[in-house]
Amino acid sequence: MAHIYEVTYADERAAPFAMVMKVPRMTAGDGAENIVGFEVEHQILQVLHGTHVPRFVAAGDLASLPYLVMEHVQGLTLQQVLDVHTHDHTRATVPEMSRLGAAIARAAHSLHQQNTCHLDLKPANVLLHPDGHAVLLDFGLSCHAHYPDLLAEELRKAVGSPAWIAPEQVVGVRGDPRSDIFAIGVMLYELATGELPFGNPQTNGGMRQRLWMDPTPPRRLRDDLPEWFQEVVLRCLEPEAAKRYPSAAHLAFDLEHPEQIKVTQRGQQIQGTPFFTHFKRWLKAAGMHYQPSPLPSQQIDEVPILMVAVPHHDVSDATLYSLRQAVARSLGIRPGARLAVVTVISPNLSSTSEHDKSETTLHRQYRTMLQQWAQPLDLDDHQTSYHVLEASDVANALVRYAEGNNVSMIVMGAATHGLQMQRFVATVPIKVAMEAPCTVILVKQSLPFEHLDHST
Amino acid sequence: MKYALLSDIHSNLHALDACLAHAQTQGVERIAILGDLVSYGAFPCEVVARCQALQDAGAVVVRGNHEELVQTHNVNTPNPSLGSQTAQWTHDQLSPAQRFWLETLPLTERVDQLFFVHASADAPERWRYVEDERIAGLSLDAACSHPDVRYVFGGHVHHQSLYYRGTGRQLMAFKPTAGVPIPTPKHRQWIATIGSVGQPRDGNPRAMYAVFDSTSAKLTFHRVAYDHRAAASAVREAGLPEFFAQRLETGK
Repeated sequence: MAHIYEVTYADERAAPFAMVMKVPRMTAGDGAENIVGFEVEHQILQVLHGTHVPRFVAAGDLASLPYLVMEHVQGLTLQQVLDVHTHDHTRATVPEMSRLGAAIARAAHSLHQQNTCHLDLKPANVLLHPDGHAVLLDFGLSCHAHYPDLLAEELRKAVGSPAWIAPEQVVGVRGDPRSDIFAIGVMLYELATGELPFGNPQTNGGMRQRLWMDPTPPRRLRDDLPEWFQEVVLRCLEPEAAKRYPSAAHLAFDLEHPEQIKVTQRGQQIQGTPFFTHFKRWLKAAGMHYQPSPLPSQQIDEVPILMVAVPHHDVSDATLYSLRQAVARSLGIRPGARLAVVTVISPNLSSTSEHDKSETTLHRQYRTMLQQWAQPLDLDDHQTSYHVLEASDVANALVRYAEGNNVSMIVMGAATHGLQMQRFVATVPIKVAMEAPCTVILVKQSLPFEHLDHST
Repeated sequence: MKYALLSDIHSNLHALDACLAHAQTQGVERIAILGDLVSYGAFPCEVVARCQALQDAGAVVVRGNHEELVQTHNVNTPNPSLGSQTAQWTHDQLSPAQRFWLETLPLTERVDQLFFVHASADAPERWRYVEDERIAGLSLDAACSHPDVRYVFGGHVHHQSLYYRGTGRQLMAFKPTAGVPIPTPKHRQWIATIGSVGQPRDGNPRAMYAVFDSTSAKLTFHRVAYDHRAAASAVREAGLPEFFAQRLETGK
């Protein structure tokens, strides 16, 4: 545990933001873990950056004067939000939960990109900034892959908060980013139902239950929950990390595009998991043991979100074909990658007066076009979604979309989006390539004439 | 104080100079050379001369097992191994004064909280490889019998690793990422193998060394690109076994 004080500079100079000082409390009752936890946070907070962590200000020497000064971020913790709902006997609405869940997932993703797993995500450690983004607090149990993990030990015991801890953490695995996804799942479950999916076990045996047990389907506890929402929550709570979202960016993506979620039995079920299934999993869990995890940033790099920009008019077959080939190649070497198929239409295409030009009709038409384009691709192992963006500045729309959805790679034609205007619009790919937050693959068109000769 | 820690140079002048140049850009103030200056490579005399000059300027130099291997000269061995071929060649290149200097280097050195040894501190003359948590623990415990010691630096194993005490009793092994300063606060005890300057064996031909900053208590493992093809060519030109030239090219 630690004491937290609001502080200002002693020399009365103006601080650029409010600050707090954290001082470890070392009393006889505190375990070594608390003190090591302070050391871990001391180490990690100094190297984290971005809007999803409190800004680091200063640190005292651990051996002589241990303290940490950091930004005092404004906002409510998720715990306070939950408490308000409990007090008012209300539940968060589905749009509110999606918004919160996506914000937390983005914050977790930003941490994972910095090779850090939080490993103690819970409502008290999530701060919701008034502008909507989430800030993660308390890195005392976190793990940074570039530093020795001071909390690790050869016996591999569970380190975490019992209600939110992921199954692999229970058996001593530290450093899998998907453990944080599990914790987000527990928080979403809690927001939706007011209950904890696995209770708040006090024993190691109680914590081990989540290695094999599925929680009660949230829709059984709250019948107005949509199937897609339950699909998302239960996917986060899968006992096996490999069955969860492969990265927090994928989770944020689903929460922001619920209409694109493919609902399975997981989202539909209202009955709990049958006894025999649990029994078989229990046997499997009995043998579950520690395996080292690779670098978090590397692990999430292996499951990127790929975005392809498909032009919708004045486009040659060769371009569409080449784009598809490029996407197939990029997906082929990345099992688990997700694909977002995007097209940008001009806002003056739609009309409020004519039915066949109404916004929904237009969007449906273009979405069908995108689906037809993607149809020849083998998308069994890749979650795929289709998006029609309305914008007059195509390049800007593509770049904003990539930024907003943590896209890792954009595939687009080298000379697309209006062939007859190529003189101007050849700048679209250039602009995207210059401004995109990620890798951009510019595809040159080529028709497979050699394949056509031998076909059928 | 910033220390450059260099070990297992193995007569590779190209790699040594690249690491020293890199260390200079890091603001290094003191140098420690942790043994195995010679064998395998084509420039034993030049490397020894360099290290003697560094020692005159205040560098710590300790002895490795190869400093002993090049002392004896057995021309009559039938079918000599690759190792003894290079040891004999090196013996013939070095002057008697250089060999004497190598032979009389100390096995270990201590500077304040830092302990330097080529292999394992519990029995330095036995050249035991610090290759797992158990042996690292033996070495660390032996070195820490001196109350000031917090850091043990060694070489010999040709790879970079750091061992530390987690929450359990046994040491934990950690594989460092090159170029990342690792906080190694002095209230804990640490033991590191800093890798090989002149003969990396992990599939990456870049030279290994490390920088320890005792003021900020941070240890940074480095990988330095150097002209390894030139170093390999020199091995071939010297008539040394082809194996050692290929090893520099592939880092394996």
